[in-house]
Amino acid sequence: MTKQKPSYFMGINLRKLRKTIFGKATYRGIVAIIGTIIFWEICSRLNVPVIGMIPPPSLVFNSLSELLRDPDYWESWVVSFQRVFTGFIVAQIIGIPIGLIMGINRHFRELSFPIIEILRPIPPLAWVPTAVIFWPTPEMSITFVTFLGAFFTMVLNILGGVKNVDIRYVRAAISLGSSKTDIFWRIILPATLPSLFTGMTVGMGITWEVVVAAEMIASRSGLGFMTWQSYVAGNYPVIVIGMISIGIAGYISSSFIRLLGGRLTPWLKII
Amino acid sequence: MSGQMEIESITKSYGMGSLRKPVIEDCSFTLEEGKLTVLIGPSGCGKTTLINVLAGYDAVESGTISIDGSPVKGPGKDRLVVFQETALFPWMTTLQNVTYGPMVRGERNQKDIENAAMELLRKVGLEEFKDKYPTQLSGGMQRRAELVRALINTPKVMMLDEPFRGLDAMTRELMQEYYVRLFEEHGITNLFVTSEIEEAIFLADRLMILTNLPAKVRTVMEIKLPRPREFQMLTSTEYLGYKQKALEILHEEAMKAFGSGSRAAVSDFIEAYSEVKDASKTDEPHS
Repeated sequence: MTKQKPSYFMGINLRKLRKTIFGKATYRGIVAIIGTIIFWEICSRLNVPVIGMIPPPSLVFNSLSELLRDPDYWESWVVSFQRVFTGFIVAQIIGIPIGLIMGINRHFRELSFPIIEILRPIPPLAWVPTAVIFWPTPEMSITFVTFLGAFFTMVLNILGGVKNVDIRYVRAAISLGSSKTDIFWRIILPATLPSLFTGMTVGMGITWEVVVAAEMIASRSGLGFMTWQSYVAGNYPVIVIGMISIGIAGYISSSFIRLLGGRLTPWLKII
Repeated sequence: MSGQMEIESITKSYGMGSLRKPVIEDCSFTLEEGKLTVLIGPSGCGKTTLINVLAGYDAVESGTISIDGSPVKGPGKDRLVVFQETALFPWMTTLQNVTYGPMVRGERNQKDIENAAMELLRKVGLEEFKDKYPTQLSGGMQRRAELVRALINTPKVMMLDEPFRGLDAMTRELMQEYYVRLFEEHGITNLFVTSEIEEAIFLADRLMILTNLPAKVRTVMEIKLPRPREFQMLTSTEYLGYKQKALEILHEEAMKAFGSGSRAAVSDFIEAYSEVKDASKTDEPHS
């Protein structure tokens, strides 16, 4: 066996990475973004209804160049990211074990399922008033609400994943001499990983939705607050920047999850 | 050599009370040591249930199952099953799948296990695919990997539940050849379930025909074709005689099933025994 792939950096295939970054898809993406910006500028100049009401890119870029030098803008990014990730990670730490235990233990499932099914349909934002009352700081209440956004999605996706593990895998593993611990760690857990990452991707999306709305209602910082405050102050270009920033932040977060998912479930890669 | 399996008047049914439906009733037979027994019977006649019971996944209501004189209970590595479709673990590479059994039992050291696995993989032509995941293998390759995953554990009895179902005709023929060579080399007691008469006679030392539900052994035919088996034996008069006889019995059973209201059984019969040759696909890996 000869190793003929020298271009590796920290386990990443550099040749593949270069192909991904400078590939046709990237060029098309750039063309699409530039095209959209031009279209938007023209619509603004021509006063096309609805689209023409949005501040034109030229104005937005002006404000952006100012904002990029403003530490408060970056502070908003950091604050929102902190809230999202704290809530999200706590949801993983609590949600993953609960989902797994519900999946493998019938007693626990029958005990907890009704409660979860009643609490789940309540939109996380409906929790804002109670959260503000119960948690000592507004920061904690916002983090709690973001946590809820991801928590139920995680639990239900993992539960579904465990229940859908093909019985033949478990049977084969038992016949081959697996202990209960082996069955859990080597069969149930890997078989559940795809659903777990689906849950994470969906959960991450919900977390951003929730954090932005919660910031508008109950906070004085973050990207959501920045967007809302610009509306109140009548600073329209910054509203657009706030919106696009939230979009980019969400995109970065889900890319991170996709990357993690791809690394941990290599067998799902379609070649 | 060991691996004589005795099945004595076992009964298994599903449902309760008046809905109780016996699937296997008072069924007895012997899997002779080192022999390849092929089980054939009309579709839905309880073949898979029988495998589940023998493997220990399902408990019997009455009767006993013993291997080399000692009764068996629950699943164990002495009786391994190769399932319909593939049950390779998708999250493990071919090599990891094959080494799984010895590894979780902690029998040998990792190096020895891997060497043994590689030797078996070489035999079935999967050496180069050891680091591929099951989804990257073709249907035929998956079945070969699964045969090897069972074989490395040196089970006393190997049970195969329609393992080549769903493969195209050419791959199927290739798999039969691989399988029959492996069997002839290892001499492990084998129970092979199929609904294809040609495959059944080609492989079998003993051909066991089941009755319509509830399943019982209708006939055991000793197939005295010489080993090693070759495909040209499928044109011999001996073979044709076996086939003729087996078909007559199967036809009778299918008619009984039809008489008792199972239309599906008859259409299955026609489908299974009319000779369809579809050689449109070959045994190539997916790209």
